[in-house]
Amino acid sequence: MTRKILTRRRALRLAGAGLATASMSGCKVLDSLSDLGNPVRQYMERANQLTFAAQRGLLDRDALAREFTASDIRQPQRPNGVTNPQDAAYLEHVSTDFANYRLVVSGRVARPQSLSLADLHAMPARRQITRHDCVEGWSCIAQWTGVPLSEVLTRAGVEAGAKYIMLHCFDTIERSLSGGVKYYETIDMVDAMHAQTILAYGMNGATLPVPNGAPLRLRVERQLGYKMAKYIRAIEVIDDFSAIGRGRGGYWEDRGYEWYAGI
Amino acid sequence: MTAITDKRGRWVKRQTRTTRITHWIWALSVFFLMGSGAQIFNAHPVLYFGDQSGFGFDNTVFSLAGEGRALPGWATIPSGVDLATGRVVHFFFAWVFVVAFLVWCVGAVASGHMWHDLMPRRADLRSLAGDIRQHAQLRFHHRRRYGPLQKLSYGAVLFGLFPLIVATGLAMSPAMNAAFPWLPEILGGRQTARTLHFAAATGVVLFILVHVVMVLLAGPVNEMRSMLTGWYKLDEGE
Repeated sequence: MTRKILTRRRALRLAGAGLATASMSGCKVLDSLSDLGNPVRQYMERANQLTFAAQRGLLDRDALAREFTASDIRQPQRPNGVTNPQDAAYLEHVSTDFANYRLVVSGRVARPQSLSLADLHAMPARRQITRHDCVEGWSCIAQWTGVPLSEVLTRAGVEAGAKYIMLHCFDTIERSLSGGVKYYETIDMVDAMHAQTILAYGMNGATLPVPNGAPLRLRVERQLGYKMAKYIRAIEVIDDFSAIGRGRGGYWEDRGYEWYAGI
Repeated sequence: MTAITDKRGRWVKRQTRTTRITHWIWALSVFFLMGSGAQIFNAHPVLYFGDQSGFGFDNTVFSLAGEGRALPGWATIPSGVDLATGRVVHFFFAWVFVVAFLVWCVGAVASGHMWHDLMPRRADLRSLAGDIRQHAQLRFHHRRRYGPLQKLSYGAVLFGLFPLIVATGLAMSPAMNAAFPWLPEILGGRQTARTLHFAAATGVVLFILVHVVMVLLAGPVNEMRSMLTGWYKLDEGE
């Protein structure tokens, strides 16, 4: 047996009421989640630790990101973030074509280093055509040439048990009353020693240009773009980043982004 | 499914506890996933085909790029521009959603729900045309088992949209891509996967709109009761 429950008019009225309720629920109550100190947000952030544990635990730690072919390079690499640093020390290097540039490697290492670009070029090089994935959602394929970070770290002799690699950058990304905030990033040893993790000095067959991070930028091919610090000034081997910046391990991390950006 | 009779009518225990709990977990998590997904979409409101995004060439499938925000603040979580928080919310509820889906799959196979209630049979296909006609006339049956349109729509969501949305979501993870290169490959590349992810999300939203309207039209008290307590009142003679 069937019955006709509703007239069309009543149905429309119900649908209208439903939509009004739904739109009201896009509510401002949830906006407090933007506050990094909000306990609900902090609870939700634990899902990222779960993602990190799952990906590190279940996936092959040495797995290589897909490498593309030259025909996949169909456009210039899209620069993002700071594209033209105005810091005095950096401008000085640009004006002298980085002739006096030295990559300082310090922290928990047996042999601190100070490497010129010529030193870095003399070390084993790796070239890879990979896809850059920005946290915003876009992707861009480019060829990167550089020295594997593992080579630099081996040369410096990382002490046993050291946990993170911190990248100090030239560029001031934010200016406030209390002074400028310089970009920085941290990665763990699994990514630091990965075969495709390189300090790139070349891009698409040419010298790495300023908008993309000259003279040296990081490539961490299994994470999102914001982990791949540009304008690298120094590398420091550390055990803990809780006292640096706001303690979350990077410029964007300090502003709410996840430290692990493998997803 | 045996019916019992009392003075108010004939009843069946329509939904298992697993189905009821996972249904409401999905409702909650999909609400947050849609709002945070809209936030994430707004960070770059352009969809592409292939591995990369065409800036120097055109492989755009869909674009809402322009002045101001693509999707309005009432549709995003949080309501302001905040990609970082959108991602925190999205990945938290993505885990909740996936775990609930796995629990439901195990429960639905174990209880026979998958086989008895969702699997379309020849009889369903035969009565499909009539079922569509009666839905169009706003005539709804209250039977022991799902009708043909219910089986097809629930089946499309549970075995089509849900797995697709999870697979395309994982295909956007650079770490997953390195471990399982075939995943973005079979989905047509990372940017195609992203496009499919938003398309599937749109499909889920459309399903929910129709689903809620159907519940309201078919008798909200009986339908809600069956998803809260399990008990569903049958039409006379069923």
